[in-house]
Amino acid sequence: MKHTISLLVENSVGSLLRIAGMFSGRGFNIDSISVGASEEKGMSRMTIVTQGDDEIIEQINKQLHKCINVIKVFDLTQEAFVHRELALIKVKATQAERLEIMQIVEVFRAKIIDICPSGLTVETTGTEDKINAIISMLRPFGLKEVSRTGRIAVKRDFQGSVN
Amino acid sequence: MFVTTAPTAEKNRINKAERTAAPVLTGAEIFIESLVKEGVDTIFGYPGGALIGLYDYLYKNNQLRHLLVTHEQGGAHAADGYARATGKPGVVLVTSGPGATNTVTGIATAFMDSIPLLVFTGQVPSNMIGNDAFQEADILGITRPITKHSFLVRDVADLADTIHKAFHIAVTGRPGPVLVDLPKDMLAAKTTYFPSKNIDLPGYKPTVKGSFRQVRNAAGLLQSAKKPVIYVGGGAILSNAAKEVTEFARKLNAPVTTTLLGLGIFPETDDLSLGMLGMHGTWYANKAVDDCDLLIAIGARFDDRVTGNLKKFSPHSKKMQIDIDPSCIGKNVPVDLPIVGDIKTVLAELNTCVESCDSSEWLQEIAQWKIEHPLRYREIEGSLKPQQVIEALSKATKGNAIIASDVGQHQMWVAQWYQFTQPRSHLSSGGLGTMGFGVPAALGAQVGKPDRTVIGIVGDGGFQMTSMEIATAVRYNIPVKYVILNNGYLGMVRQWQQIFFDKRYSNTHLNPTNPDFKKLAESYGAFSLRVKNIEELHDAFDKMLAIDDRPVVLDVWVSPEENVFPMIPANGSFADILEGNE
Repeated sequence: MKHTISLLVENSVGSLLRIAGMFSGRGFNIDSISVGASEEKGMSRMTIVTQGDDEIIEQINKQLHKCINVIKVFDLTQEAFVHRELALIKVKATQAERLEIMQIVEVFRAKIIDICPSGLTVETTGTEDKINAIISMLRPFGLKEVSRTGRIAVKRDFQGSVN
Repeated sequence: MFVTTAPTAEKNRINKAERTAAPVLTGAEIFIESLVKEGVDTIFGYPGGALIGLYDYLYKNNQLRHLLVTHEQGGAHAADGYARATGKPGVVLVTSGPGATNTVTGIATAFMDSIPLLVFTGQVPSNMIGNDAFQEADILGITRPITKHSFLVRDVADLADTIHKAFHIAVTGRPGPVLVDLPKDMLAAKTTYFPSKNIDLPGYKPTVKGSFRQVRNAAGLLQSAKKPVIYVGGGAILSNAAKEVTEFARKLNAPVTTTLLGLGIFPETDDLSLGMLGMHGTWYANKAVDDCDLLIAIGARFDDRVTGNLKKFSPHSKKMQIDIDPSCIGKNVPVDLPIVGDIKTVLAELNTCVESCDSSEWLQEIAQWKIEHPLRYREIEGSLKPQQVIEALSKATKGNAIIASDVGQHQMWVAQWYQFTQPRSHLSSGGLGTMGFGVPAALGAQVGKPDRTVIGIVGDGGFQMTSMEIATAVRYNIPVKYVILNNGYLGMVRQWQQIFFDKRYSNTHLNPTNPDFKKLAESYGAFSLRVKNIEELHDAFDKMLAIDDRPVVLDVWVSPEENVFPMIPANGSFADILEGNE
């Protein structure tokens, strides 16, 4: 099963290497890993998406706790959480195709952030499914470059039922 | 108790005043000062370009005893042996590049067995890091998977705090090796020596005390057991919990089996002792684990050399496990009742509420197994059996020596035939299985325990991997003893080749090209004897144990094709146990 784990880690190159190395050394999967500054000075927040059965996920959580650079480990999968991924997609576009691409972009509520005679750069944010979908829609025009951030996630503060 | 803290402004004022009064020292001086403050008395090291400035301070300062080893790998193993024997962290100091990389096997050995080791490596100057400078190696990168933690010192002002953090991490929680990389300029730079009063590691808070509820639950589970087995590993020794383990076993009235690294935690002379379990454990220990209804793992991690086939391991029992490292719990075997905490602390608490369980029938059954399936070997007139050598040594030293073994057949015979009576007396590379560990580890143990008899028992293969450390022992008149069980083979591999590969002895025959070990030892300045029969053996032990001013090497020729039994083949279960026909 897919798990989203959010970590608060010391902000150092060593932290990322130690965590990534622990995953590869112990044969755990990483679907995506994304890291950036957090609200606390000197601390980064890292979101890791991984897969495994319950025993493996338990080991992953325990091994993450053991890393001395890791301050906190939250396996968000047990709780309600929101997650997003950002992608920048450079797609080929002839003058004739531009309009069609812009329509697709609009349907996905994405944005065109750069344009040149031979193509467009699209920015899109959403779940992985949505990003996969827009990429599939744009692929026929010719993808020049795709850059994705991997998932970032936070827990929902309101955990109750909305109804 | 109330703890009143001064208002921040007040604290800052005091800090500022103290800081102004603090001395200005070089990094090298701070290094020495910090080690002394940590209670270090001995370091094992080897100088080089990146450390030459630091070695100048070591020359001028006599607060630290520096032992010049012969190879950095030996230095790491010696510090490891020192740590295992004394319970204090071992300290290694080596130069950059090859000096650092030579310690890798030693660090990995300590990591696998959770031994507190401080490895200080020289590094090229900060501004040259990454330039492929002379004797540069990314030792932090190389050792990341085999250290508990590591640091690169980037600012001399952080040096003292970094060293104290490194010691704290190495010795607390589940211990392990910590590496500190010291760029050459950091040792030369000067700063105000003003270490922090507290160690600040927000991501590191090991659990020491067991959960109250779990301890109560455990007491209930223990009382209901009819056929309990206590299975103790190296974690109990690291926690210095021999007294608590013994009290626990006696109170519960349950038999005790130990792993290779747990040997010595419980006296093997006791009726409740089952000796070692696992691949080369006793028949009755393995049978008891196979039959028990409650298996109590204490500081043990269900290693594959203990469990064999996980699906068939101790199939009828509930499992209880006490360990300081949560990741050890449920990693290989599901556990019904885990307690995370320091073993000494948890057992002390458990001992206040545990009562004897109804184990009398079970103990009678086990006593019968001990009679029917004892450890055994067949003596042969005119030839020395390796088991016979260890048994004789156990008697000659009354089970009170510190024994460091290497890796292979002799290691198992030590575990089976030396009757350990005290903890921290059996030093062996259990997890990594490092050949070449025995010679330097015994040396380090003797340095740390000058009043004990320390004997390294090694094979003729492993001896040659690190035999040059005899030069170190001679250099400092360290009276460490070595017994080479010389069978002319890489015996354990040969045994597998005999049993599983139809006697195709591929690359395991060392004779007749082995050197003359007696001459080799003598050329270093050690005392040495060759032993070929039981009379010579007794005489040699007498002479060896009387020498206290230099190392001793006994080259003991034992029967070449002796095998270690019992044996449960890899990934097998108790049903597959081979008792041998000897």
